[in-house]
Amino acid sequence: MKTLLELDGVAARYGPVQALTDVSLVVREGEVVAVLGANGAGKTTTLRAISGTVSRTGAIDLDGKSLKGGPEAIAKAGVAHVPEGRGTFVDLTVTENLKLGAYTRRDRSVKADLERIAEYFPWMTERGGQRAGTLSGGEQQMLALGRALMSRPRLLLLDEPSLGLAPMVVREFFRIVRQLNEDEGLTVLVVEQDARIALRASQRAYVLEVGHVALTGTSSELEGDESIRRSYLGY
Amino acid sequence: MLAAAFTDFMQQVVSGLASGGIYALLALALVIIHRSTGVINFAQGEMATLSAYIAWALIAHHSWGYWPAFAATLVISFVGGIGIHTAVIRPVERGSVLRIVIVTIGLLVAINGFVVWQWSGEPQQLQSPFGTDVYDVGGVVVAAHDIGTITVALGIVLLLGALFRFTKVGLALRAAAVNPEEARLVGVRVSWMLGLGWGLAALLGAVAGMLTAPTVGLDPNMMAAVLIYAFAAAILGGIDSPIGAVVGGLLIGVLLNMLSFLSQYGMFDWFTEELRLPMALLIILAVLLVRPHGILGRPEVKRV
Repeated sequence: MKTLLELDGVAARYGPVQALTDVSLVVREGEVVAVLGANGAGKTTTLRAISGTVSRTGAIDLDGKSLKGGPEAIAKAGVAHVPEGRGTFVDLTVTENLKLGAYTRRDRSVKADLERIAEYFPWMTERGGQRAGTLSGGEQQMLALGRALMSRPRLLLLDEPSLGLAPMVVREFFRIVRQLNEDEGLTVLVVEQDARIALRASQRAYVLEVGHVALTGTSSELEGDESIRRSYLGY
Repeated sequence: MLAAAFTDFMQQVVSGLASGGIYALLALALVIIHRSTGVINFAQGEMATLSAYIAWALIAHHSWGYWPAFAATLVISFVGGIGIHTAVIRPVERGSVLRIVIVTIGLLVAINGFVVWQWSGEPQQLQSPFGTDVYDVGGVVVAAHDIGTITVALGIVLLLGALFRFTKVGLALRAAAVNPEEARLVGVRVSWMLGLGWGLAALLGAVAGMLTAPTVGLDPNMMAAVLIYAFAAAILGGIDSPIGAVVGGLLIGVLLNMLSFLSQYGMFDWFTEELRLPMALLIILAVLLVRPHGILGRPEVKRV
């Protein structure tokens, strides 16, 4: 499989706090890759470095080309970042949120894509005029996913999608992500605190520890190794 | 007696709507900037004055026709608004709100000084495009300029509403205003959108200025009082609600005229024209105390 995303020696800091010291990882086209680790390990910062919302050093390549510029340019290059804590425009309606997802696109098939999204999330058509802020947490997370899909991303970044959601909703969310991956070949890099569910949804995983990659392997390897689960994944 | 009172009443309503339309335009400009930049633009009134002077100079010095001058002034103001944002607001945008406020106050003084330096403080006459005709509608005397003002103000508001509601750039403008971080993640160039917001605010101010000048006379301080009414309108309607700004503007215009009307008929007979401005300040204070988010604004909810 072709390499889609490559991070090489990425470091980032927030003021005096060094969040990433040395992160190198690879995501191949059509893969779902999980980034795991404890609080403060640098999972979110890794995604923010990719989407350009935190300044970083080191190399990040998308499809062999260096990812440069601010978040707007990186969004345009095909990276859709669903940040932690939903990431919907609460004052805008469901349909407006979805349309914003297609903001960087110049083609005319946006309408067709709205219908395609509606196949995954039928309620979004019925409740298109509803303000996103009035949706439940699970619905907002689905909407954030739908909005990201509207950009026809080459790479989808998901930050802690399970946060604050009921287990059933989380399962449904990852079911849809997996379905998108299988049906449409969507490439996903997902950050999760909940290692169990992330390992089940992904093919490979990286475990971060205080700003660098501590270990990596296929998801089934990591899940099957009890000592790794105990010492790194906490279950 | 009753019929005469009714005629007076209608008269006050119509002229109240005309001045209210102007307050609405300026209040809308304040709201657009407040939503995106988070501050009250104290220079909004002077920006409008400058625009009115530009229109006047084109007509009086360069013998342009009124409507070409009107259109050119809108374009110049729009571009100028974007320029102001780029040159003086953007450099301090990341700092505290206080810094931006101080910059807008500095801008107020600078523009006022520029206008006096360029055109002297002498009052000038900017004509009304609607003429000085008055119509008698069933006893109610209606000035053509008032009807024109109401029409233009409503037209601009509707156009702007359509822009915000139905266009892609309008959607991006709203997204950038309510949630800049997220907006950047979907590819919206937020700094451009903020600049565009300043451009639109300057354009609204230009219309307000050009409609105000014919009635109060073109002079460097002509928008000072109008700006206070616009503050009152924006706060009454809800400082983050564009529709609220329009409703608030019309309400303030009619409300102040109602006081004049009632004082003619013996109620509130202490009320004279001099009390209009203090009354606007009283409204600001009352709204802030009783209902800080205004009629149509949403109460501020902070996530903790």
